[in-house]
Amino acid sequence: MLRLFPLLFFFVLSFNASAVVSEIQGESALPELIEQLPSTKLNKMAPLIDKIADTSEPKVRAILTPLMEGDLYYVKASKQVVSAYKNTENQYDLTDVFTAETLPAVKKSTIKKIRTNNRLRGQIRDLLGNLDLKSTDPEVRIAALKLLLDKPNETGINSVNKLFKSEEDDEARELMSTILLVQQLENGDIDEKLSAAKQLSSRLEPTVKNALVKQLDNLPKEDETKALRATLTNSISDIEQQASVFALVENLFFGLSLGSVLLLAAIGLAITFGVMGVINMAHGEMMMLGAYTTYVIQQMFPNLIEYSLLMAVPAAFLVSGFVGVLIERGVIRFLKGRPLETLLATFGISLILQQLVRTIFSPLNRQVEAPMWMSGSLEINPMLSLTYNRLYIIIFSLMVFFSLLMILKNSSLGLHVRAVSQNRDMARALSVKSSWVDAITFGLGSGIAGVAGVALSQLTNVGPNLGQAYIIDSFLVVVFGGVGNLWGTLVAAMTMGTFNKILEPSMGPVLANIIVLVSLVLFIQKRPKGLFPQKGRAAE
Amino acid sequence: MKNLLNSPIVKKMSSLHFVIAVLFISTLYVSICNLVFPEGSALHVSNYTVSLLGKYLCYALLALAVDLVWGYCGILSLGHGAFFALGGYAMGMYLMRQIGDRGVYGNPELPDFMVFLNWTELPWYWAGSDNALVMILLVFAGPGLLAFIFGTLAFRSRVSGVYLSIMTQAMTYALLLSFFRNEMGFGGNNGLTDFKEIFGFSLQSPDTKLALFIATAVFLAIGYAVSHFIVNSKMGRVVTAIRDAENRVRFVGYKPEHYKVWIFVVSAILAGVAGALYVPQVGIINPGEFSPLNSIEIVIWVAIGGRGTLYGALIGAIVVSYAKTRFTAIMPEAWLFGLGGLFVLVTLLLPKGIAGIVINFMDKMDSSNEKQASKLADEATIAETK
Repeated sequence: MLRLFPLLFFFVLSFNASAVVSEIQGESALPELIEQLPSTKLNKMAPLIDKIADTSEPKVRAILTPLMEGDLYYVKASKQVVSAYKNTENQYDLTDVFTAETLPAVKKSTIKKIRTNNRLRGQIRDLLGNLDLKSTDPEVRIAALKLLLDKPNETGINSVNKLFKSEEDDEARELMSTILLVQQLENGDIDEKLSAAKQLSSRLEPTVKNALVKQLDNLPKEDETKALRATLTNSISDIEQQASVFALVENLFFGLSLGSVLLLAAIGLAITFGVMGVINMAHGEMMMLGAYTTYVIQQMFPNLIEYSLLMAVPAAFLVSGFVGVLIERGVIRFLKGRPLETLLATFGISLILQQLVRTIFSPLNRQVEAPMWMSGSLEINPMLSLTYNRLYIIIFSLMVFFSLLMILKNSSLGLHVRAVSQNRDMARALSVKSSWVDAITFGLGSGIAGVAGVALSQLTNVGPNLGQAYIIDSFLVVVFGGVGNLWGTLVAAMTMGTFNKILEPSMGPVLANIIVLVSLVLFIQKRPKGLFPQKGRAAE
Repeated sequence: MKNLLNSPIVKKMSSLHFVIAVLFISTLYVSICNLVFPEGSALHVSNYTVSLLGKYLCYALLALAVDLVWGYCGILSLGHGAFFALGGYAMGMYLMRQIGDRGVYGNPELPDFMVFLNWTELPWYWAGSDNALVMILLVFAGPGLLAFIFGTLAFRSRVSGVYLSIMTQAMTYALLLSFFRNEMGFGGNNGLTDFKEIFGFSLQSPDTKLALFIATAVFLAIGYAVSHFIVNSKMGRVVTAIRDAENRVRFVGYKPEHYKVWIFVVSAILAGVAGALYVPQVGIINPGEFSPLNSIEIVIWVAIGGRGTLYGALIGAIVVSYAKTRFTAIMPEAWLFGLGGLFVLVTLLLPKGIAGIVINFMDKMDSSNEKQASKLADEATIAETK
């Protein structure tokens, strides 16, 4: 039970802990110290806070945290020290900091704040960090250690010294040794510095590099420091080398995530353009519809933000797919075999859809919330962290890609689609309803565009122009990969994305984009049928 | 009406004479109404209208350029706005240098935006831009060269159809992105503007505006004559044959790519001239002109007017631009609905555009005339046999 305390306090602060508090109300100096809080002057506060922290009782956090954040008050009449939070009725909810007992809400005038200043707040932060170091939860310890590494303080380092031997968690141990090594590097004698500099060469935390650079800059130019100078230089270059490797990995990751966005945008087009040979300029608007569907779903179920994306995927597929079928039945089927006219007509449709959205939802961008599980990042090491939303989009796009591949390869619908795209007359002779297959194929392609829109709503602004930004890129991906070849589309999208992101750091996003465009145009001159051209009779 | 169309003068006129006559008469009419009749008179044409008409004529020339490649050679270019904008930038550079030290920063050499970017000297490609002859050369050479390079690359590797369309779109998109960059040296986002005078005449004066309008009409007439000549020449026949059956033309022994490059370059130069005439009349050129949407709009003009007729392009450009001016003023919301609807309806119901209606009408007329004639002839023969 006792082991649980810091944890509980960490998460719920001072609330609702009353049930377990009674157990440890034994002999304690704490109540006495708390009593002194209201009457102590600001300049005498520092030793008092130290004394409170020294009691090492779990409850210390419940006192010091509100004190640091300015939520610690005392009741004017009884001098009872409480934490107070404003409630919705403009009154203050009080909790006794020692007994953790909830008191009736009162007006502001009956309580008075216990004041602190910046210096005291800094002191409390260090003390709390020190408390965290002793926490039973390794996550809490690691967080505290990271903070200590960036902003070292004496108490913290002393406790790290004490705790180092007994630490069981590997990551925490590693961090502790880093902290101690940095201290050794800064304060030790020359041999200690030498060994610390050597060992620090494998640590990736930015603080380590800064400390090493600082040492090197401040090193006097004498013979006896020669060895140390060499070691420092070596360690720094080691760290920089690793940093450049991780920067490359990060760029690759960005490239893959951009590639998967392109893949999502292009894959629906690969079906309508590649398989059916229909130029759908309204493809981008299908994505836009998908993104707006996500928005509408979030508006309809404001309490289910966490699940809204999951609900939006099928909904967007249906909405965009339905609109796609309408377009095919209403316009495109009358333009068979006239690709340029199809291009113009679908462009007209895209204008109408954009204006429709502008009229219904206003021309301003709409806010689509990101669910909790999409935010944050996966930290692999101090130099490399991958954001979850990009990670999920890579996974999602691959899922969409493979399920589409399965549909085309293994289902009877896919069989019909391929048959019609290869030889329409023959397929009809074998009793495939080609007009029905056309409508379904177009609906499928549009539906996938809608699904892509759901993903895009997490990355860019959801506005009427969302689709336009992607239409040229996605056409280029399809043509680059080879029309009618889904694998080609995958390779093309990933290549384009990675190429773009690798160029980006050295020449900026716009120039990188231009270079990618120009090199694609040149590539198509060389190989007009793309990376993986279709072979055989179907090619003509 | 019937009598007028049947009258011997009209019958002898080709579409070339007709278009030039209409252009001449309307330009004359507008000029007289603008100069002779005082403001407030019912017949007066305001300076604003003159500028607006000048703009429409630029669009008409641009549409003519697109019709030449699309209507006669089957190359659907979704990047003709790029040639238009390049011509415009060539003119813009010249006009920019004409400002001289009257700019905000008063630098006699550098345009304002360069001073603002702390540049100390003109980039090399601005050399000689204050010379009108160099400007005229650039208006022709800029778009022409781009079209030549792009066309040679694309047509030699036999990129055609929708692939070519998408590539032209990518080309104009890449240019759009490049011209947005300040480092490019063309004023970045804001483009070139605040022009003061052209060939020493103030751009603000109504006389210059009228002169520009007349110049546009003259260039449009020349452009039309050139295009008319090209499509009716032997070369033009080959180009049309390429449109209809490229492989057959190749097997007969022609080199289609040469003809395609050639017509693409001519068309790009026409578009460039249109851009150069457009800039002094609207007073600004910015990267927005490169946007793929603009290029597609041009294609729509041609589609609505009727492709492959030349005069159809002029009608389409003027009618759609006029409708745009009116609609965006009255109900801006509805314009995109209208434009989008036009795209769909014209491609579905009017594949030959407005010109198609005219041709149908003429054909009917001709056939009814022929019927009448044959009837008379029949009667005559009957009478003879009797």
